[in-house]
Amino acid sequence: MQKLDFSAYETKGFYDEMFDENKQVRPNYKLFLERLEKIGHKKLNSLQHATDRAQLSLGMTFNVYNDNQGVERILHLDIIPRIIGNKEWIFLEKGLQQRIKALNLFIQDIYNDQKVLKDKIIPKEMIFSSISYLKELEGFTPPKDIWCHITGSDLIKGGDGNYYVLEDNLRCPSGVSYMLENREILKRTFPELFEKLDVKPVYNYTHILRDTLESLTDIEKPTVVVLTPGTFNAAYFEHSYLAQQMGAELVEGGDLIVKNDKVYMITTHGLQRVDVIYRRVDDDFIDPLVFNKNSLLGCRGLFGAYLKGNVTLVNAPGTGVVDDKAVYAYIPRIIKYYLGEEMILPNVQTYICDEESDRKYVIENIHNLVVKQTDASGGYGMLIGPKSTKKEQQEFVAKIKNNPRNYIAQPMINLSRVPTIADNTIEGRHVDLRPYALYGDTIKIIPGALTRVALKKGSIVVNSSQGGGSKDTWVLNS
Amino acid sequence: MLGRVANTIYWMNRYLERAENYARFMDVNFNLSLELPPNETEQWKPLVAITGDWKLFQSLYSDLEKNKVIHFLTFDENNPNSICNCISNARENARAIRPEITKEVWEQINALYYMVKDGSEKKTFTDNNLRSFFSEIKKGCQLLYGMYDATMSRNEAWHFGKLGQAIERADKTSRVLDVKYHLLLGSPKDIGSSLDLIQWAALLKSVSAYDMYRKKYGKLTASDIAQFLILDTTFPRSILACLIRAERSLISLSGSSFGFNNLAQKQLGSLKSQLEYVAIEDIIKTGLHEYLDDIQQKLNSISTAIYDSFFSLENQVNS
Repeated sequence: MQKLDFSAYETKGFYDEMFDENKQVRPNYKLFLERLEKIGHKKLNSLQHATDRAQLSLGMTFNVYNDNQGVERILHLDIIPRIIGNKEWIFLEKGLQQRIKALNLFIQDIYNDQKVLKDKIIPKEMIFSSISYLKELEGFTPPKDIWCHITGSDLIKGGDGNYYVLEDNLRCPSGVSYMLENREILKRTFPELFEKLDVKPVYNYTHILRDTLESLTDIEKPTVVVLTPGTFNAAYFEHSYLAQQMGAELVEGGDLIVKNDKVYMITTHGLQRVDVIYRRVDDDFIDPLVFNKNSLLGCRGLFGAYLKGNVTLVNAPGTGVVDDKAVYAYIPRIIKYYLGEEMILPNVQTYICDEESDRKYVIENIHNLVVKQTDASGGYGMLIGPKSTKKEQQEFVAKIKNNPRNYIAQPMINLSRVPTIADNTIEGRHVDLRPYALYGDTIKIIPGALTRVALKKGSIVVNSSQGGGSKDTWVLNS
Repeated sequence: MLGRVANTIYWMNRYLERAENYARFMDVNFNLSLELPPNETEQWKPLVAITGDWKLFQSLYSDLEKNKVIHFLTFDENNPNSICNCISNARENARAIRPEITKEVWEQINALYYMVKDGSEKKTFTDNNLRSFFSEIKKGCQLLYGMYDATMSRNEAWHFGKLGQAIERADKTSRVLDVKYHLLLGSPKDIGSSLDLIQWAALLKSVSAYDMYRKKYGKLTASDIAQFLILDTTFPRSILACLIRAERSLISLSGSSFGFNNLAQKQLGSLKSQLEYVAIEDIIKTGLHEYLDDIQQKLNSISTAIYDSFFSLENQVNS
């Protein structure tokens, strides 16, 4: 048997989740490493191959945007897990709960009293110029005062070993089905480890999700549906998976109709009233009468029915204003303002190009910074200064000068690494962490996450559309 | 259940049944070709005729040749009914209605899809591995039928699926019988010869009816075969048995077992009664071809009526 050899494994310059700087295994990974050393290279590779096959057979496939060939891909699952200790997790949990509570109060405020704007905590132009701010919602309060029912914030760990929130996803965070299915696959890959290690289970996510959705209405047995753009959407697997796991109907826009401001689905036995919609369609596409007129993904009149309180939309429309990367910079102040507390989970330091002194700094130091477009996601529209050419930097400087509101910049953070199977060896690869929070009666953080991993050597872009893969995330009870 | 979803599951089952039938036709024909004199290509033409895509075949291929027929019916992307297209449509439909079916059904349909996809990407096929390819497809589909029945509740989804399967199956049996019967009767010099027997046996095998037929009738005769494939009430692939199966599901979906609640029930009930009260002699007197042609048209019209009664948007919105 060819034993696994970590002698050439690099830990310098980054925080490695498995080994410390002296290449001693960290306590969380002790049992795992013992197991790895027992199975050797060949077996590890064959376990990895079995995983790829399992994903295909489960149908965990997606179509990549801009890929005309309609090729189905799997999100590569690397079988070496990311392991998080209990203490670390409790800290994350507290930090996320605090953040989400404050953000929900913030959204309620900006669509109603706008105190945060009047008190000049955040410039009002910043809010009103955000493309995700929906004027149509002014004066509106959603059921139970909850806007962001489902959140999937992206966290990273820096070289200092501390967690930072990189961005918040309050619109339609995706990936939770991978958290759940990755776990199912890894249980088959390392059954004996799950027996020995006390890993917190994640399976009840879809139960809590259903309870959360039902808690938003007073109707006794509400009809809950998942609204998907359809099978061609990259996240379709997740939409159908969640519908199926929750026992909810999976609907497309064409299955819905609004009559007298009430939403119905078209069934084989006539129309059936719909009470709660977990929609995986962006705000802009939910109702062609109000938003994008060419949208075929939503339903005419849906927004009107929502405003009348006849149907609940999850997440509420208008929450995207928090995802704006310029608003992100104000979140420490937002938390302080609403909760009177210091932020538990820190932000990454952010330079707002719309502010003159910050802009000057960004332009002078662009080669050291990561520049991001405020309304983009998925790893698009960004410049990684240290890895860019002079020409690319100049292009971004021009873009920033042209439309400063549209850009922010952050120092380059060396994302932490986890050993990852690469060809015939194991090398460190950069990861981030996306835990999922559900806001119903209370804010619950599911003890697990999607760990995204940049599979290309040296890359720090973990997005699935840019060559990223995933890892299962084990949260230990001890 | 959503009208779109019902329609999708109905067609998912039709596509699977179609693919399984095609795979069986090919397998049987291969077997037959081994018994016939070498270079005999005439037997491949009826295969295309059975599928009803003769015109399409002519527009795509210059001449009739075994490998072209196999390619057309199995792999051709331009033939909407080729096995590859059927399996891929069935799988796409299954994906769209994933929450309606069980994990077992989904994973098997997915596995079947990858099996066929890998097969279609293979550059060369020998007769030998083609036959095992067809037999794998057949088995893959039959495994699905079993899982469908063994893991699904008898709910709307199940019934719409069974309805689709029964209608497709009745149609395919009628087409095989129609085409083969005439070819075989049309060559009087061979009647009673050993060649003739092989051909009649092949007809029965094309619809998996050989064993059950032999058990019931023993001897192969043209009218008994027609009787068995059209009017037998116990053999699951006879036209009448399919209609009985379809009617059971339709009754369950329409909520009425007396008379009819919708056009689909009315048309299906009439066709079933028609077959219940006809003797094979009457059919042969009318002309088997005319009779089967009429059945096929009525099946099409029933399928349209099912669409209008259950799936069509206008109908539901206005009701």
